[in-house]
Amino acid sequence: MSATPETAPAPSGAGAGPLLAVENLRVGFATEDGRVQAVDGVNFELEPGEVLAIVGESGSGKSVTAQTIIGLTRSPNSHIEGSVRLSGDELTTKSERELQKVRGSKIAMIFQDPMTSLNPVYTVGKQIVEAIRAHDSSIGRSSAREQAVELLGAVGIPDAERRVNDYPHEFSGGMRQRAMIAMGLALEPSVLIADEPTTALDVTIQAQILHLIQDLNRSRGLATILITHDLGVVAEVADRVLVMYGGKVVEQGTLDDIFYDPQHPYTWGLLGSLTRLDQPRPHRLPQISGAPPSLLNLPKGCAFRPRCPHEFGKCKEVPGLDPRLPEDPNHRDRCWLEPEQKRKLREIEGRIGLEEPT
Amino acid sequence: MLRFAVRRLLGAIAVLFAISVLVFLIFNVVPATNPAARIAGKNATPQLIKNVEKEWGFDKSLPEQYWTQMKLIFTGKATSYSLAHINIDKRILEGIPQTASLCIGAAIIWLAFGIFFGYISAIRAGGFIDRFVTVIALIGISMPVFWLASIFLYYLTYKIELFPASGYEPLSNPVEWAKHLILPWVCLAVLFAGFYSRVLRSSMLDVMNEDYVRTARAKGLSQRRVMLRHVLRNSLIPIVTLFGLDFGVLIGGGAIVTESLFQIEGVGYFVAEALNQQDFPSIMAVTIFGAFFIVLFNTIVDIAYAYLDPRIRLGTSAA
Repeated sequence: MSATPETAPAPSGAGAGPLLAVENLRVGFATEDGRVQAVDGVNFELEPGEVLAIVGESGSGKSVTAQTIIGLTRSPNSHIEGSVRLSGDELTTKSERELQKVRGSKIAMIFQDPMTSLNPVYTVGKQIVEAIRAHDSSIGRSSAREQAVELLGAVGIPDAERRVNDYPHEFSGGMRQRAMIAMGLALEPSVLIADEPTTALDVTIQAQILHLIQDLNRSRGLATILITHDLGVVAEVADRVLVMYGGKVVEQGTLDDIFYDPQHPYTWGLLGSLTRLDQPRPHRLPQISGAPPSLLNLPKGCAFRPRCPHEFGKCKEVPGLDPRLPEDPNHRDRCWLEPEQKRKLREIEGRIGLEEPT
Repeated sequence: MLRFAVRRLLGAIAVLFAISVLVFLIFNVVPATNPAARIAGKNATPQLIKNVEKEWGFDKSLPEQYWTQMKLIFTGKATSYSLAHINIDKRILEGIPQTASLCIGAAIIWLAFGIFFGYISAIRAGGFIDRFVTVIALIGISMPVFWLASIFLYYLTYKIELFPASGYEPLSNPVEWAKHLILPWVCLAVLFAGFYSRVLRSSMLDVMNEDYVRTARAKGLSQRRVMLRHVLRNSLIPIVTLFGLDFGVLIGGGAIVTESLFQIEGVGYFVAEALNQQDFPSIMAVTIFGAFFIVLFNTIVDIAYAYLDPRIRLGTSAA
């Protein structure tokens, strides 16, 4: 707990509001070519013990959303609106110094490439010790080091007592990501933001890291935001899913909603481009035609319109992120098509996909 | 480490050999005039020229000439005829304290200012302070040493007699020593300080985009700690590289202009004299002397690399 006087409810207080609430978050960057609206009105809530996946292509705003939560996108040329509350405590208006107390200690973040995310010139142990002592300088160096050894052991690094003195380049990719996670957990944060934590790893290591995150999520009640473009990763661990496109959330729902009853054509496209192990003949993987839109110059109306084979007149108006299924108010999407039409259009050879209707 | 040292030593010997051969060829073989006559100086008697010819082996074959001359230089028996019959090696050795005092003092100043200004302008990149420092640095880089030295000498020693005009006081009298050296230190340091601050600035801006810097911020470190421990620390390699080269050159007699203008009779001053008189034995000796220091400091730089970046290991591949 920081010394800031707060009337906010205690973090674990049941019914006192979500652990993390992001409201109408907008992040823009001034560039030489004009303003880039990287994140445009994102809302979500996160409860303890929950895994929220944010899915989207490169440039969809998912990483910027995550980094903005802990204030890493703050800079003279960025413009941040909206609200991020951690246990009711507003983060966007905090000073840099106050935010430093939140980073690492209440919200930890791990990044995409463990190869480059650790400083090559310090030992792994030293970097963990640094994180611990940054938040509590009363902890002695040696007891912080003991803690680091314990953490490394807890994330599955064998012979942690010895490996704590290794430099990052002496670790394998998977071990480095484990070390990153250990560093993130050092101060027992309530939220872990994992920004594509498995992208740079090979498949078996990916699974190990995901299970580690899932374990920690369950055993410690660690609320997790998992950012990824890999729906396989999502299927593995997520409870709820946000699909982002062009800086906006285009669909949100539970894992089952997204995988079995996806409402937005973009989600269909993502699902359709997954490899199917249950299909006998090798065939060319479908893809979503076109490229993600430039955030400098988004298409009018629905941002997905130029790439969508099911586009019709109404798509020139911006669709809201609304519940469009009468039976499920928590499953929201931004597509003007009627649910009935959607169910028909997304059916391609017995599975979900995005294709020109014949 | 031992392997590394041995390889480096062998490398250094090879470099020195190559340089000495090159200098030897340029001065003895290329010119059409009699080298012995040039070594003997302007008003030499025919007898002296004969003696020089014998002493420096010009009556023998080229390899023998080379061998004779190297022996003279490396055994400390080489005498300069054009420069008042001084013993060359002794003259260089006498110059070392002066040159070292000048270079070490200047190096401390330029490293301190170069790193300070580079750091300041990197963390304020694009802002007013950055622009201001950039202008100052460019002025420093653009100012010729001889001009700056003349301005200093005219205004600070002649107009207002703030500093002694020139010369060198031994370190046994530290106050006088420093007083005599402040102006030359500053003169020599200005160029390098400006240059180093620019290099450090761009190196730091590169490092700031590294993922591990984002990690450092994400774990809640203070801005200052991120900058000092993660950005600055990882940006020092180009500075160390430059420093090794620059300092080696200066210690090896490269501060010719500064030493000449401030009458510091160090190695650089001797280089100026030797060049002025086209005194081959002296030029040969100072060139080898200078090359030795450049090689030496490059080796020290390589050792420093391994310390700065643990991924670099001194081993078979390092040499």
